[in-house]
Amino acid sequence: MLIKLPKSSDCNESDVTPESVYFSRRSVLGASLAGFALGALPVLGQAAEPSRYADVEAGSTPGWFKDKLGATRWQAVTVKDEAITPFKDATHYNNFYEFGPDKGDPAANAGSLKTEPWSVVVDGEVGKPGRYALEDFVKPLQLEERIYRLRCVEAWSMVIPWLGFPLSEVLKQVEPTSKARYVRFETLQDPKSMPGQRSGFALIDWPYVEGLRLDEAMNPLAILAVGMYGRELPNQNGAPLRVVVPWKYGFKSIKSIVRISLVAEQPQTTWQGLAPSEYGFYANVNPQVDHPRWSQARERRLPSGLFSPNVRTTQMFNGYEDEVASLYSGLDLRKNY
Amino acid sequence: MRYPWFRLAIFIIGCLFPAWWLYEAAMNLLGPDPGKILVDRLGLGALVFLLVTLGMSPLQRLTGWGGWIVARRQLGLWCFAYIVLHMTAYMVFILGLDWGQLGVELRKRPYIIVGVLAFLGLLALAVTSNRYSQRRLGARWKKLHKLVYVILGLGLLHFLWIVRSDLQEWAIYAGVGALLMVMRVPPVWRRVPRLIGRRA
Repeated sequence: MLIKLPKSSDCNESDVTPESVYFSRRSVLGASLAGFALGALPVLGQAAEPSRYADVEAGSTPGWFKDKLGATRWQAVTVKDEAITPFKDATHYNNFYEFGPDKGDPAANAGSLKTEPWSVVVDGEVGKPGRYALEDFVKPLQLEERIYRLRCVEAWSMVIPWLGFPLSEVLKQVEPTSKARYVRFETLQDPKSMPGQRSGFALIDWPYVEGLRLDEAMNPLAILAVGMYGRELPNQNGAPLRVVVPWKYGFKSIKSIVRISLVAEQPQTTWQGLAPSEYGFYANVNPQVDHPRWSQARERRLPSGLFSPNVRTTQMFNGYEDEVASLYSGLDLRKNY
Repeated sequence: MRYPWFRLAIFIIGCLFPAWWLYEAAMNLLGPDPGKILVDRLGLGALVFLLVTLGMSPLQRLTGWGGWIVARRQLGLWCFAYIVLHMTAYMVFILGLDWGQLGVELRKRPYIIVGVLAFLGLLALAVTSNRYSQRRLGARWKKLHKLVYVILGLGLLHFLWIVRSDLQEWAIYAGVGALLMVMRVPPVWRRVPRLIGRRA
């Protein structure tokens, strides 16, 4: 039996465009041609919506999302020479403890989440507090596709094409006051649709809370995502609205947001409250600072096959050092992990 | 050899699980991170074999059937075999055969240290599981093999320290383990009734 273990300096097989993506260039072309052809048939033409990515399952797309999709800035940010994780893996290997502790639980259980209608409460140090319907909240904004690395604190990683809006633009809309120094986010609490919140053994104190320093939230890389792989977010990935901060561990990218508060004090976040020695407020991806229980120096880039394990070196700030390092000048990242 | 079919059935079950998991991994049925899943399943499989092994004496007591005790050694050896596979899979799929990193993990991570201690205990029991050792060690053999309860405790602690957010699964295994341990406390053990069987 041959077990291939690449040296860290080697090019990984995953750096190569996957065969399925390579082959699907024709289906993308073909599908768009088919779209033209079908366009000639007045009724059938409406059903032909070619996906930009291979093997993407269609969901029930909300009307406001369809309206925005046409004007999307595709590939506004991309990763260089890194393969995008297959849709199936990105949607069936998730941590979303509201739907259960196992990686497959969110995909199996999140169907019960009702994402329409959805509203977001904005409060705290803002000029325009209130409860906003999601479609109104994002109405003035243009969708952008951001292809980001996602590094989980558990030492696995993916590359995901998100669709969303710069968080800074969303926050500017609600006019933070001069007292606002942090942003606090809260996930939906609904034990009826979220079986993990019904578990008597869960260590998490619901609802899930995350936070960012205001200048972190204003960094152009930080987004509020509403879609991925050219479609709306699947429920298990945090529908209908989630944060994506690619230079931080995945748990900072809070899902299914119902409340955004601008606050003066650093908010107490869920994992920090649960195990302060393991999870800090900043949670920046940092290969030099280990999680007490495991090393953060390397990561398994998924999919990582049994006979070709795809283990690679973790990059400082997950490879976004140029964009974000200045946020932390003068801060001891060992203490502020 | 007594109860040959029962023994053979246990042997086949012990072989089938890893073979099935390997097949699933090869067929891409385990998702994007099959190595991690194999490590987890092998560890959990070893814990299950350990609990089943410890369940044999109480089962014999409750039912009076001698087959349970006959199967005990083989079940214990399956626990050991799964732990060897568990550690091999950890070395290959999680550490990528980086032996230097293994040294770091062994020094820095309490859950790894506890796991290795449990493995060393199992190794001692596996090495002395033959008739020759039983004869040579005599009364000390029984004492040595009480180590199995320490190993169970270490294994459960190793498992507890990996839990991130939900204790339910761990609590089930720990509950079964605690029950089996409590049953063997002499005053409790004396009161365990014979449910089926001739001698009352």
